[in-house]
Amino acid sequence: MSITTFDEKQVLHELRHYLPAQTPIKDFIHHNSLHAYQHMKFYDGIFKAGKTFGYQVTLGLEDFRKLYKTGRIKNNVFERVITERKGVENLQEWKKILLSKEFDTHNEQRIGKLRGNWKSRNKIDLDNLVHPLLFRILCSYLDQGISLWKFPLNEEGFLASVKELERKSVVSFFKSKRAKDFLLNENYDLKSLLAIVVGDEAYFEQYLFDQQFSHQGWSGMVSAVEEAPHTLLDSKKISLHELIILELLLEIDALDFHLGKNWQPLAETVNIKPLNLFEEVPATELQEVFILWQNAFEWSYYDEVLTGLALQNTKAATAPVVKSFQAIFCIDERECSIRRHIESTDPDCETLGSPGFFGVEFFFQPANGKFYEKLCPAPVTPKYLIKETEVKEKRKHELLYTGKTQTLLAGTLSSLTLGFFAGARLIQNIFRPRMSPAISNAYSHMHKHSILTIRNQDVNDKENDLQIGFTINEMTARVEGLLRGIGLINDFAPLVYAVAHGSSSANNPHHSAHDCGACSGRPGSVNARVFAHMANHPDVRTLLRERGIDIPATTQFVGGMHDTAAEQVDFYDEYLLNEKNAAGHIQNLIAFEKALDLNAKERSRRFASINTKNSLQKVRQDILQRSVSMFEPRPELGHGTNTLCIVGNRNLTKGLFLDRRAFLNSYDYNTDPDGKLLTGVMRPIGLVCGGINLEYYFSRVDNYKLGAGTKLPHNVMGLIGVANSSDGDLRPGLPLQMIEVHDPVRLLVLVQHRPEIVLKAIQSAPEIYEWYVNEWVHIAAIHPETREYYYFKNGVFTLYRPTVQKVATMGDVEKFVEAAKEMESNYIVDATKENLPVYALN
Amino acid sequence: MSQILQLFIWLPLVGFLTGMLIPKKKEKTISGIAMAVTAIHLMAMVGFIVYWLRKGDAILDIKHIVLYKTTAFEFFIDFYFDKTTATFALIGSLITWLVSIFSRYYMHRDGGFKRFFNTLLLFFLGYNLVIFAGNFETLFIGWEILGFCSFLLIAFYRDRYLPVKNGLKIISIYRLGDLCLMLAMWLCHHLFHENITFNQLRDTAFINGHLTSQDSMFIFIAIMILIAAAAKSALLPFSSWLPRAMEGPTTSSAVFYGSLSVNLGAFLLIRTLPLWENIPAIKISIIVLGVLTSLIGASIARVQPTVKTQIAYSSITQIGLIFVEVALGFHTLALIHFAGNALLRTYQLLVSPSVLSYRVHDMFFNFTPTTPKYRHGFLNRLNNSFFMLGIKEWNLDWLLYRLFWNPFKWIGRNMSFLVRQVSLVLLAVFFLLGFFSFAAKENIPDHLDNVLPVIFSFTGLLLILTAFAERGDARRAWLLVLAGQGFVTLSIALNEEMPVHQVLMYLSGVIGSAVAGYICLNKIKSLDNDIVMNRYHGYASEKPVTAFVFLLCSLGTIGFPFTPTFVGIDLLFTHIHRDQLLLLILTSLSFIFIELSILRIYTRIFLGQHKKNNHPVAYRSS
Repeated sequence: MSITTFDEKQVLHELRHYLPAQTPIKDFIHHNSLHAYQHMKFYDGIFKAGKTFGYQVTLGLEDFRKLYKTGRIKNNVFERVITERKGVENLQEWKKILLSKEFDTHNEQRIGKLRGNWKSRNKIDLDNLVHPLLFRILCSYLDQGISLWKFPLNEEGFLASVKELERKSVVSFFKSKRAKDFLLNENYDLKSLLAIVVGDEAYFEQYLFDQQFSHQGWSGMVSAVEEAPHTLLDSKKISLHELIILELLLEIDALDFHLGKNWQPLAETVNIKPLNLFEEVPATELQEVFILWQNAFEWSYYDEVLTGLALQNTKAATAPVVKSFQAIFCIDERECSIRRHIESTDPDCETLGSPGFFGVEFFFQPANGKFYEKLCPAPVTPKYLIKETEVKEKRKHELLYTGKTQTLLAGTLSSLTLGFFAGARLIQNIFRPRMSPAISNAYSHMHKHSILTIRNQDVNDKENDLQIGFTINEMTARVEGLLRGIGLINDFAPLVYAVAHGSSSANNPHHSAHDCGACSGRPGSVNARVFAHMANHPDVRTLLRERGIDIPATTQFVGGMHDTAAEQVDFYDEYLLNEKNAAGHIQNLIAFEKALDLNAKERSRRFASINTKNSLQKVRQDILQRSVSMFEPRPELGHGTNTLCIVGNRNLTKGLFLDRRAFLNSYDYNTDPDGKLLTGVMRPIGLVCGGINLEYYFSRVDNYKLGAGTKLPHNVMGLIGVANSSDGDLRPGLPLQMIEVHDPVRLLVLVQHRPEIVLKAIQSAPEIYEWYVNEWVHIAAIHPETREYYYFKNGVFTLYRPTVQKVATMGDVEKFVEAAKEMESNYIVDATKENLPVYALN
Repeated sequence: MSQILQLFIWLPLVGFLTGMLIPKKKEKTISGIAMAVTAIHLMAMVGFIVYWLRKGDAILDIKHIVLYKTTAFEFFIDFYFDKTTATFALIGSLITWLVSIFSRYYMHRDGGFKRFFNTLLLFFLGYNLVIFAGNFETLFIGWEILGFCSFLLIAFYRDRYLPVKNGLKIISIYRLGDLCLMLAMWLCHHLFHENITFNQLRDTAFINGHLTSQDSMFIFIAIMILIAAAAKSALLPFSSWLPRAMEGPTTSSAVFYGSLSVNLGAFLLIRTLPLWENIPAIKISIIVLGVLTSLIGASIARVQPTVKTQIAYSSITQIGLIFVEVALGFHTLALIHFAGNALLRTYQLLVSPSVLSYRVHDMFFNFTPTTPKYRHGFLNRLNNSFFMLGIKEWNLDWLLYRLFWNPFKWIGRNMSFLVRQVSLVLLAVFFLLGFFSFAAKENIPDHLDNVLPVIFSFTGLLLILTAFAERGDARRAWLLVLAGQGFVTLSIALNEEMPVHQVLMYLSGVIGSAVAGYICLNKIKSLDNDIVMNRYHGYASEKPVTAFVFLLCSLGTIGFPFTPTFVGIDLLFTHIHRDQLLLLILTSLSFIFIELSILRIYTRIFLGQHKKNNHPVAYRSS
């Protein structure tokens, strides 16, 4: 940050870099909330962010101490962590510091110091005077479909539209003349406005940061929309630059109006030096204390995992010889338990894990849809389009949601008639919740009996530069890529399921945060169906055979989707199955249903409203009901508790109870001795799993500034985000209800291959390597032959032996679930007590 | 049969008191009590109405408890039942019952779970007091309870800035309405020379007898009632408070601002119908106000880009029409309209978060982009102007602030010299003089009799306004309010032969609360030696018990209906004669600002973002 001269472009660029990057909420894509600091080491980055912006970046000191007292932070790990960092000779001293030294944990932030002088010195509260109107104008302009009277647009963009309104109207947003004249006559630029408000150029940058971070939600949204206008269906032209100009004009207006003509620019009334917001933060003892505690907290969990895996490793491989079916699930940690249950209900089946877009990237256009939806990880830009056709049923409407009820005349009629219907609906919603068009239904994303244009007819068959469908070669490449990646190249069962996932929930603006992260926050049903279609195609099979993957003609692929909230599963194109497979499929459905029952029961452990001791059917029914209940703010717990990502053979984890905390990506080192495939496998791990993990981490440790706070008072703003009240700032991040069971622990990635191969894979691209070398995500290799761990630190993999020697065993999962206790409060020590360590299953 | 009526009040009261005793973590018990109370209330209500209808739906009226009685003044609780009460009671119980079930799941594990349900029950008590009230006094108790519950639920998320700021803003508008209601009571008392019941008002001959001679007083009463009703129902010019009240959990917004609380203005009009229905000017005013509110409310609703504010303005639009219906005499239509509107808005608010997925989905299939149109001419200018006015909410928020609060703030700020050492001594001497003249009343020259009360009242008001604008030590503000209260009391005592026991009755609640409140503030000051009033401190998160005790003290000081002070305030007013307009205005303003200054102290010291950020603290703008 330069102090003396003001470089407009540079400052705008930096602002965009640090502002929250969340796009409109209909596509909730998880990412590292402090992505701006990812080029730094984890601890350096978070402490710096904390100092600059006032974020809390770890749990509180007292929280850690209580976790230690309750045994969640294990003493032997705690001592080891201190010894490693401080030397054995200083162990006792540091132990005392960590456990009992009094610290002043008050964190004085840098942001806001300059602009705060308006209030303290000039007795004028600019935030109160400017924010409400500014937010209202912004929200009206960006509004996607709440208001009945749209903002009159000018195609040149935001500022031009405001200007046009000002010019062609008898009232004004401004209260005084000067600011309005600036806007109408366009005789200003950013610098000249700043000169009026701030004065000395040396303070410009600091002032702009103070100003924009006084409403980081709106600024972040504007910056995100500027960079990706297509994230709005009703696209609007706007830029951060325009927002700043309007805000400065409104500030000048407020100052002129309240202080008269004779006010001084801010810099001339203060006697503080311009501050470099991003100056290095000196290391303190307190930071060191937090680092040690965080490490001890993390390794108390990791060590148990590593020991559990090692013990599991010594058991004989348990893969079935003759397989009844194979099922590929998403790597999502919520699928970890359903895989365990399906394996227990049908011991002859095999389950695998792969990112839930199944290697097929495309835009999807639902029948009658006016837009395309991206169905692949967010950074990928597909070149293909798949269209849905032959849909007969019409989408149903909900009378009570129509805008007309908000008008004068229709509103009166509605009050006199629909009002009583609304009363009846409310009673029905409370006592008999059921699916309705107002509930986001994962299965409505694609119609079960529709036709998809998967096969490309002609490479020139394009729409908006997107090729419609895939050619045989393109299909083959994708199927091969996926199968090789998960090591499924022989021993095919007669039925191979590709099970995507989605989530249904009611009254939940954050619903897309529960959908598949690998499908840009949408249900993955189309991907599963497309993948199955490709893998079944005879020409693809032929080509695959040429490339060494011989899929028997009797083997058929079936796409399906698991609803992680409603706990249901449904399959597509079952009519294509041959007679034998159709019969097998019916058998398998029974196994799936049983597994869903068990999974529902396991999940119910976390839900206070469900009695876990009830029968399986009742619990399952209750779980289904949650997903359609308007009054339920926790239809499911999303990615809460995620901490692990295991890339390797299912045999590594099959006998373990991982409590739905692990992303499981199938990978077979045997089929990839030199790690060629591993590079591709590792590519999305940091971004998808690490992004999810860090978003949960930061939303947990500072739910006020980095999370969205409790969702109970949330108000939907312009269909692009949520805020707390009519005058509030947008709230990016995750709401309290999603993170309260989460332990803020970084992700540990375990890869089953030789350390040098793993190193090569993560070093394949700098943006991948950054996650690991800067320690935003931990990684360790499991050596396939020696079965020893190599933990990655400071650029090298070194041998690591866990301190913990044993893990507990669990007999009956069902009994265990029934014994679960309700959490006492959502304070970390109570709330995550039920986050289980690893258990070996008997 | 009318003896049964009191049960509908006892039930929520018992529920509320029981709820207070349940430990915080017993969510099922706490919500269970609320569900049971409202369910029993609803069933009993249905049963009672059926029985009542079969008995010939005669209007019921029963005088219950006499709280205080002199020859000229009688303060008693009276219950009343007619079809208006029946409708409001039925819809009220139904909605509160449904919302309490909804909230049991919705509020699960919220830090304020107990607070929420107890406030809901207290609200339910207040609501029933209002609708079952048979006289102004009973109605007023309920009215006050409702206002206070609103404040608690708006400032529910008390560790953030906006809820607290808006909570105080809204209670100050409510307070204005309360005062108007009190003045209406005062005038009624002077007009009819007794504490009349609504049942007496139905006697046309009785009203007409007074009407011929006292036209202007009727108009004054009607205007006061209309202001009180407009403030409660967010009619013009108060409308902008309604969207700002949507700060609490969605479920509380639904009960309060979507439906029940906000419709009580219309209820007040129906209940006081005999007082104004024969005055054409008032009827026309109500119609004009209602129509204007509807038109402007609808135009603001059209441009709202957020779900809850849109519903708020749509609701106001309908309430404006309900006012018109009442004024035109379509009472049954008004009741149906109230019921339908209440149910519709409750539902829409409760499911308001789901609007996002519904509308986005809808857009995905039905969206047609609008292309910019460049239009010119007068109509376009008018169109744009209405659009901008809608966005600015017709400047209502700003105007209220500027016209109503700023002048008083200005006076308060410029009166700060009163608190300098010398002036304090002078004030004390002045007060003592007044006190002695009260003790030796016979010896004061007659021509001072009219002047002294005004001077004392004026001094009291100035002190209270100084407290209202205080930016320094909170304890000073506290003492200033109390001193002001002393002067106001003295002024009334000097005004008329006011028995000492009545003065004591008024002071009974004040004195104890004053001392305890001061101790609380002292305790907080000892923590960091910083309780200046120019910002929020948020001590409730550090010292929740002290915060609660101080809140009770504040309520005691301002005469919340749980101490005799409440009756005392009413008594004080009866000692102001109907020709003493100046004294009346001064005293009324004092009572508005006593409450506002006290609540301001409470919010500044205990609510808002906690100033110590050694734990996560919200942004001011969030």
